[in-house]
Amino acid sequence: MADVLERPATGAPPERSELPARPVSLRRAARVGAIGGVAAVFLSSIGMVENFDARELISRLSLGYFILVGLGLGMGYIGATPPPRLEGYATTRPGAPNLLAGAIVGLVGGALLALFVWFVSVVDVRDIFPNISPAMVELLTGARDLGPGLLLAFGWSLILCVVGGAMHLIPPRFRRSVFRALGWVVGVALLESLVTTTLERAQLGRLRDFLYEPVGALSYTGAAALGAIVIVVDQVLGRRRQTFRHRVAALPWPARKRLYVLGGAIGLMGLAGLPHLLGPFLTEVLNLVGIFMLMALGLNIVVGFAGLLDLGYVAFFAVGAYTTAALMSPHSPRFSPELPFWVALVPVLVMGVIAGVFIGTPVLRMRGDYLAIVTLGFGEITRLLFLSDWLRPYFGGAQGIIGVPSITIGPFELSSPLAFFYMIFGLAVLLAYASYALLNSRTGRSWIAMREDETVADAMGVNTVAAKLSAFAIGALFASFAGALFATKIHSVVPSSFTVEESILVLIIVIVGGIASVPGVAVGALALVGLPEVLREFEEYRFLVYGALLIFMMLKRPAGLIPSRRRAAELQEDEEAQDAWLKEATKADETARGEPS
Amino acid sequence: MAETIARKARRLTTIDIFLWVVRIAAVVFILIGSVNSLTSGRLSAQQWRDLLVFGVAQGSVYALIALGYTMVYGVLRFINFAHGEVFMVGGMIGYVVSTPLSRTSLWTDQTILAMIIVLLAAVMASTSVAVLLERVAYRPLRGAPRLVPFITAIGASFFLQYAIAGLFGTGFKNYPAFPGLSGVFEFAGFRVLKTQAVVIGMALVAMGALYLFIERTRAGRAIRAVSEDQETARLMGINVDRTISTVFAVGGAMAGVAGVAYGIVFGQIYFLSGFVPGIKAFTAAVLGGIGNIGGAFVGGMTLGGVESIGPSLVLTGLGIPSSNQLKDVFAFITLVLVLIFRPTGILGERLSEERV
Repeated sequence: MADVLERPATGAPPERSELPARPVSLRRAARVGAIGGVAAVFLSSIGMVENFDARELISRLSLGYFILVGLGLGMGYIGATPPPRLEGYATTRPGAPNLLAGAIVGLVGGALLALFVWFVSVVDVRDIFPNISPAMVELLTGARDLGPGLLLAFGWSLILCVVGGAMHLIPPRFRRSVFRALGWVVGVALLESLVTTTLERAQLGRLRDFLYEPVGALSYTGAAALGAIVIVVDQVLGRRRQTFRHRVAALPWPARKRLYVLGGAIGLMGLAGLPHLLGPFLTEVLNLVGIFMLMALGLNIVVGFAGLLDLGYVAFFAVGAYTTAALMSPHSPRFSPELPFWVALVPVLVMGVIAGVFIGTPVLRMRGDYLAIVTLGFGEITRLLFLSDWLRPYFGGAQGIIGVPSITIGPFELSSPLAFFYMIFGLAVLLAYASYALLNSRTGRSWIAMREDETVADAMGVNTVAAKLSAFAIGALFASFAGALFATKIHSVVPSSFTVEESILVLIIVIVGGIASVPGVAVGALALVGLPEVLREFEEYRFLVYGALLIFMMLKRPAGLIPSRRRAAELQEDEEAQDAWLKEATKADETARGEPS
Repeated sequence: MAETIARKARRLTTIDIFLWVVRIAAVVFILIGSVNSLTSGRLSAQQWRDLLVFGVAQGSVYALIALGYTMVYGVLRFINFAHGEVFMVGGMIGYVVSTPLSRTSLWTDQTILAMIIVLLAAVMASTSVAVLLERVAYRPLRGAPRLVPFITAIGASFFLQYAIAGLFGTGFKNYPAFPGLSGVFEFAGFRVLKTQAVVIGMALVAMGALYLFIERTRAGRAIRAVSEDQETARLMGINVDRTISTVFAVGGAMAGVAGVAYGIVFGQIYFLSGFVPGIKAFTAAVLGGIGNIGGAFVGGMTLGGVESIGPSLVLTGLGIPSSNQLKDVFAFITLVLVLIFRPTGILGERLSEERV
C-alpha cells in the first residue's frame, strides 16, 4: 500500500517519466492466456476458423484468421491490463511489464493451441468432432509440416499477444482513437455487402473501388485510409463533442425542445430515404427488423416498465399471426371469411388482448422467476397446440396456413418491400411514441412503482392487479399486431416460426438495447435481427453469440447499450447501491451521457 | 353461519373466482376424461401397467435432474435455468465415450465396467460444466436482483446448447445398445424392460448416495447450514462460496447420471435434448416442493407417471385425437397448474410469498 499512498493526486501533476511503472499481475496474465488458449481451441473446434476461411476480410486476411488474430491481440491487451487505479492515488506509467505480461499470455495461450493442434493431428477425432478436420489443422499450421507448423502457430500467438500488450504504451488519449479506428475498419470490412450496396446506390462506385478489392475484401490502402481518417476525426472532434453536449444540456427547455424536434425531423427524413439507399434486399431485412422492433416495444412494456419477466411472449405473436391468417387467407382450413387486412385487424387485436388477459390472470400472484417459467410453459403450450393434429382442422397443423394476401390500402397493395417499409416504420414510430406516452401516464407510473417494489406500491394505493393485467394486455396487443404484419409479410404461418427461441430473442433485444429504454429497443433490434441477416457467415453461430452476449451484458453492462434515463436514475438514487452490479449500471449510464466520470 | 359465508363471499375477488373456475374445470375435465377412458376399455390393464412402468423410468430421470434445481434453489433461491443443458452435456459425453467403447471387447465382456466408465465420464463432464457455470456466470452476480442471474442463466443455456451443436454436430446421436439389456422381465404382474430397470436402479443408487452425502458428511452439513441461513453459516466459519460450488457440483453429478439414463431409456440425444426435460424436471422439483431433496424424488415420480398415463387417460377420454402428440402440453399444463395452485409442492415447506 505504501507506494501507492506516496503521491496523492491533489498536488501538481507529476512528470510522466517520474511515475512508477505499472505493476502488472503476471499470474493474472497466465490465467488470461489460459482462457485465450481455450477460447482459440473452442473456436477452432466448432469450425469457425475453417468455415470462415473462404471469406476474405482485409486483403488476403480471411475472416477465420482474423478471429484468431483479434483473439490474440485482445487477450494480450486484457492480460497486460494493470489492476484498477484507485481514485486519488498516483497514476502509473506503462512500460516493459505490459510487454512481459503480453508475452506470458502468448506463451500460455500459444502452448495450449499448439498442444491442441498436435493432439488432433496425431489422433483422429473426426468421428466425434465433425469440425476438427485436416483442413482446420492445415489452416492452423499454415499448411506446413507438423513441427514447423506448431512453431508457427506458437510464434504467432506470442507476437500477437505482445503487440496486444504493447497497446498499453500508446498514450490513453490516442489509444481510444486507435481502438475506434480498428473498430471502424473491421466493421466496414465485415459489412462489405451493406457498404457496397449503399455506395453503389449513392453513385459512389469509385469510392467502393478504392475501399474494396474485387473479391469483396477491404484493400490495404482502403483500410489504412479509413483508419487514418477515423483517428484524425476522432482527435479533432473528441473534445468538441463533449462541449457540444454540455452546451445543449445548458440550453433552456424550449430551445432544447426545438432542437430535439429538429433532430427528430431530420432523423425521420433520413429514415424515409433509407430504402432508396439500401435497395430491395436490405429493405426486406429492415422490414424484419421492424417487426421484431414492434414485438420488442411490447415486451419492453411488460419486462422493462412493469418488471414482469415473460418468456412466452411469442404466444401473443402466434395468436396474432394465426388469427390474421385464418381470417384473411382463402386457404384457411375451417372457415375463411377472406376479410381485408384492416377489417381483420380488429378481431386480431381483440384476440391478442384476450390472450394477454387470459395468461395474465392466473399468474397475478406470482413473482420473478416463477412467473418466467409459467409464461414459458404457456408459450410452449400455444405452439404445441397450433402444431397438434387436434387443432389441425382449424389451423392446419404442421403445414400451417398458406396464401395470406398482402395488406391493401384502398386500391394500393402493399406487396413491395418499399411500401411495407413505410408502413412498418410509420407504425414503429407511432408505437414508440405510444410507449413514451404510456410511460408518463398514470398507468406507466403504476407499472414503475410496481416494478420497484410491489408490496410498497400496493400499500400506497396502486392497483397492482390492474397494472399487471394492463401490462400483459398492452404487451399482447403490440405482439399480436406484429404477428398480423408478419403473416401478411411472409404470406403464410407455420408453427415453427413461434418457438421459444423467438421469445428469448425478443427478450435479448430488450435487454441488450437497455431495459425500459425505447431507443434501446430500436438499437437492439437492428443489432440482433438486422446484423445477422447482413453477416450471413455467422448464421450457424447466431445463437451461440446471442447466449454469450446475454451473459456478457448481464455481467458487464446490465443497463444495456442505451440505458433508460429513468431506470438509471432510480439505480443512482438507491442508497444501498453498494454492490458492484449497481455501480456498474451507474457507470454505464455516465458513459452513455458522455459525462466525465 | 350464513353470515360468515356471506362475508367470505364478499371478500372473494374476481381473480379468486377465475382461479376457482379454472380449478373446477381442471378437476371436471380430468374426471370426465378418466371415466370415459376407463369405461371404454380401450387399453387393457396390462397396457396401463406398461405405461406406469415407463412413467416411473422416465420419472427417475426427471427426479435426478430435479435434484440439481432443488438443491441450487435451496441454497441460492434461484432457478438455474441452464441446468437442463448440464444434463444434456452429460448425455452427450456419455454418447461420445460409449461409441468408441462399444467397438472394443470390453463392451461385451465387462459390460458393467464399461457402463461405469461411461457414467464416470458423463458425471465428470456435467460436474465441470455446472461448477464452471456457477463460477463464470452466477458468482459475480451474487447479491444482484434475482432476475439478473436468471437472465444470465438463459444466456448460458443458449450458449451451452449451441456450443455442443458446434462441437458435436446438430444431428441426433444414437446410443449404442448395451449388451444384456435387451429384453423384459416380469415382476408382480409388471413387465419391465431391462433398460428401464437399470435406469431406475441407477437413480435409486445415486439418490441414496446423495442422501448419505447430505446427511452424513461434513460438506453435506455445510450445505444444509448454508441453505438454512447463509449469513449465520458464514459467521460459523463455513466457506459459503465453496459450499455453493459443492452444491453445483453435486447437482451436476446427478444430472450427468440422468444424462446417461436418458440415453439408455430413449436411445438417442441431441443438442436440444436438455430443454424440455429440464423444464419438466423443474416442474417435478416444484411439484415435490422446491428446496426439498426428498421432494425431488416424489415430484419426479409423480410427473413421470402423470405424463405417461395422463394423455391416454384424460385426453383420449375427452375425444382428442392423437393424444400422445400432446404429451408435452400435458406436462406444461401440469406445470402451470402446480405453480398456480400449489407452488409449495406436495412436501414443500410453506415458503413465504416473498420467496415464491
